[in-house]
Amino acid sequence: MDTLSTVHPAGPAAAVVAVMWWVLLVGSTLIFLFVMILLAAAFRQRSAPIGPAHDSGRERLWIMGLGLAFPLTVLAALLAYGLVVGERLAPKPHPDLVTVGAEASQWTWRFTYADAPGRETWNVLHIPAGRPVDVEITTTDVIHAFWVPRLAGKLDAIPGHVNVLRIEADEPGEYHGVSSEFSGPGYRNRRFLVVAHPAADWTAFLNGEGMDE
Amino acid sequence: MNALRRHRALSRIWASDPGFRGWFTTVNHNDVGRMFIVTSVFFFLVGGILAMLIRAQLATPRSAFVGPEIYNQIFTMHGTIMMFLFAIPLIEGVAIYLLPKLLGTRDLAYPRLTAFGYWCYVFGGSMLLFSLLVGIAPDSGWFLYPPLSSTLGQPGINSDFWLLGITFVEISAIAAAVEITVTVLRYRAPGMSLTRMPVLAWYLLVTVVMILTGFPPLILGSILLELERAFGMPFFQVEHGGDSLLWQHLFWLFGHPEVYIIFLPAAGVISTILPVMARTTLLGYGWVVAAAIALGVLSFGLWVHHMYVTGIPHMGVAFFSAASTLVAVPTAVQVFAWIGTLWKGQPQLRLPMLWILGFFVTFVIGGLTGVMVAIVPFDAQVHDTYFIVAHLHYVLVGGFVFPMMAALYYWLPHVTGRKRFFKLGEAAFWLIFLGFHVTFLALHWVGLLGMRRRIYTFDSGQGWELVNLISSIGGFVATIGFGLVLVDIIVNAVVATRGVRNPWGAGTLEWAMPTPPPAYTFASLPSVSERDPLLKEPRLGVGLAKGEGFLGDPSRGRRETLCVETASGRPAYLVTFPDNSALPFALSAVTGGIFLGMLLKAYWLIPLSILGIVALGVRWVWTTGADRDRGPMDVGRGVSLIPAEEAEDPPGWWGSVFLLLADATLFGSLLFGYAFLWTVAPNWPPPSYLAPDPVAAVLAAVGGLVAVAAFRLAARALEQGGSAIGWLILAALGAGAVGAAAISVMVARPDFTAHAYDATLWVIAGYVLLHAALAVLMALFLAARGWLGFLGPRRRGPVRVGQIWADYLLVVAAIGLGAAWLPGAFA
Repeated sequence: MDTLSTVHPAGPAAAVVAVMWWVLLVGSTLIFLFVMILLAAAFRQRSAPIGPAHDSGRERLWIMGLGLAFPLTVLAALLAYGLVVGERLAPKPHPDLVTVGAEASQWTWRFTYADAPGRETWNVLHIPAGRPVDVEITTTDVIHAFWVPRLAGKLDAIPGHVNVLRIEADEPGEYHGVSSEFSGPGYRNRRFLVVAHPAADWTAFLNGEGMDE
Repeated sequence: MNALRRHRALSRIWASDPGFRGWFTTVNHNDVGRMFIVTSVFFFLVGGILAMLIRAQLATPRSAFVGPEIYNQIFTMHGTIMMFLFAIPLIEGVAIYLLPKLLGTRDLAYPRLTAFGYWCYVFGGSMLLFSLLVGIAPDSGWFLYPPLSSTLGQPGINSDFWLLGITFVEISAIAAAVEITVTVLRYRAPGMSLTRMPVLAWYLLVTVVMILTGFPPLILGSILLELERAFGMPFFQVEHGGDSLLWQHLFWLFGHPEVYIIFLPAAGVISTILPVMARTTLLGYGWVVAAAIALGVLSFGLWVHHMYVTGIPHMGVAFFSAASTLVAVPTAVQVFAWIGTLWKGQPQLRLPMLWILGFFVTFVIGGLTGVMVAIVPFDAQVHDTYFIVAHLHYVLVGGFVFPMMAALYYWLPHVTGRKRFFKLGEAAFWLIFLGFHVTFLALHWVGLLGMRRRIYTFDSGQGWELVNLISSIGGFVATIGFGLVLVDIIVNAVVATRGVRNPWGAGTLEWAMPTPPPAYTFASLPSVSERDPLLKEPRLGVGLAKGEGFLGDPSRGRRETLCVETASGRPAYLVTFPDNSALPFALSAVTGGIFLGMLLKAYWLIPLSILGIVALGVRWVWTTGADRDRGPMDVGRGVSLIPAEEAEDPPGWWGSVFLLLADATLFGSLLFGYAFLWTVAPNWPPPSYLAPDPVAAVLAAVGGLVAVAAFRLAARALEQGGSAIGWLILAALGAGAVGAAAISVMVARPDFTAHAYDATLWVIAGYVLLHAALAVLMALFLAARGWLGFLGPRRRGPVRVGQIWADYLLVVAAIGLGAAWLPGAFA
């Protein structure tokens, strides 16, 4: 249950977006209700002044006010919010940064580790908990996408390109990932697992201990 | 002549051929518009059945109904059919049927082109339908991303059906767009200036100009991908200098404008119907028109928001995020103008209004989720999940299907001439409206819970089961509603009682004629002095039937209408339309030979088809024009006008201008692709460059300039009463020299599979060659026409048509061949 849920975040990036979702939902609901009330009120019984004489006043209210000023204000605020969050999530230098590689193909993931050259795992990505991790994503055949919903948003694996996604897990544990760009008949089972280790276990992993994959 | 005798005389002139034959030879917009609408509804039913299969499969976890191979075809075809074979053709059909009537004229600018477009649509759609029936339908998603859709991911024939079938159908979109543009700009009732135009005509004008500039990138992309699949030209293969991202750019350069191409006509329908339902006029006509234009322009700056997660640089994403939120502003202007209109008037809850209310509820939700997904971090979570599926259905069903249902019930009395008697429509509305929201509202939530699009089944235990089951039930309820609408329409069309002429009390001209409309629409053309002529003069239609307008005298026995000056609406010249013809059907069938030849890899069919197209094309144009100068002719109400072939800017000239707009967009997309690969694709620059060829460069420059000059000298010779034949032959030679220069590029780089660079050179050179061949053909055709006396001092228009094609050849040869040779010159 909830293993792929974006609204049950387990890392800073996913947490920011989960909060964002609730903000967007509340704001949208208010706007929706506002528009519906205006719409319903149009049907009330009344003797409205008919004729173009009153149109310029109406245009000021309905078009310049509600049509232009209202959305421009709301959207400017929203855009700023989105850009600030986007900026915060972008990969930036960090003293504790860990770099891993993720190479997709139909239909497996091969993971590599900058701190342990030569080390490969298949369909299981090991990371340290509580530290930012840059995933360098690419593919050997068609387009795939790397997505661990509880940790961060997704990023595509494009042939010939390397895309870098910043992820981080707050706590040690297992987090489910899926490929989320349609990739043919095997697409449904394009799953992988991210295992976040406590600091000691991570060192052990890098040293090649206790791993039988 | 009384009204009845005029009606009989005009009906004789305008009648389609009787019986079965009439279907294939009709060029009348009444017929072709209805054929478009009925065919698109048929495809809506097919797409709907596919949707039901999807919901049946996803109703329960671990469903064993279909496997991934079949499921992938089903969802690919559902999207493809709904977008390309339902939505766009339905818009074309509605526009074709309504526009001449709204504008107070008798037919669209190029009646045979209307029919040609229809048959291209039928043939292209049939290809896709065939692939679906035999189980080899496209299966890489409606966006067909390579490498999955190319030979790497789909070695079979499946993707070819999409690339070829859709491109065939796109011909009809371009054809309709060219003729609707020219119709709105030139074919209106005298006195209908641009500011007096019905608001729907404005919306359709914006829509079709968007088709002319939005569809060419997709057509180019389809051609490139088909060339890669058929001949190994590696445009999208990274190891040979291609890049799969190029396809995504070309696809969404089309794909996002496409959303607004679908929405704008629906918004135009609302702007037309809603004021009538509220017994008032539209609030802020100028603002609404400006908003439609702004939406059209802005929609071309949004395509990257479908590509947020492809690793586009952060600053680029910020720009597109801003543009994507900004596009909500003109939409808000329209929504509040509509609500303000309701406040201004006295809205009545009749059936079209009910559908418009359904539109408001649904579309506002879709718009708000649209703003959400314009925010990049949020999109990165919900991209490719059911949140997007829900969002896009709210926008497309709420923003297109519901307004079209309003349009259906609003104009049904016009099409059938009957009053709705059995009231099944209201029940159908509630079934569809509630069924729709039950289907899609909760799907937002499973998307947030991580359910991806395009999975053929899912496991239980993730909180998705209940929502999916409810969604499937809602889907079937909505389907029953659509079935009920169909029954309602058929029953009311067949057995309901005769209705009155303008049942809604509308102000636009389509109600100033008998219903169902006669083939000639208006017995005489109205003279327009305000935006809603029927509000001031409700009995206008009676006067027109009595012949009180222009062209009320059918004694010349030809299909006639007027062209007006674009801005003012002053009458400019008299147009004679062609008669019924099987040429459109034949030409589209022969055009199909090219697509069939590519599909079956029977390449010998292609040159044969091209010969056939040239022969039929010559036959087509041959029937226009006159073999002597006729001078001004009486058009009624004391006005005399010159015939079209004696005008400086005949309809063919206007059509060429807008066809060239689409053509130039295609060429621009090609240059964009070249530059994109050069700067973004990993394996660039290519191992070696094309060596510049001074001889070919001189040949192209001199040839192009000679062609351009010779057309002008030909026109001048005609004006002075001389012969143009010598100049036209010289123009053909000049254009031929350009073609030879283009061939030299191909000869110099024979292996087009080596690198995307070589493949691109071939396509650029091929494009120049094609336009050189067109210019040669036109020059020779005109020379032959001149020989037989079809050109004269007053009849110079055809030469001017050829001249702009020669001008265009010079431009594309200079840019295209320059782009081919310059890198080698600098290397």
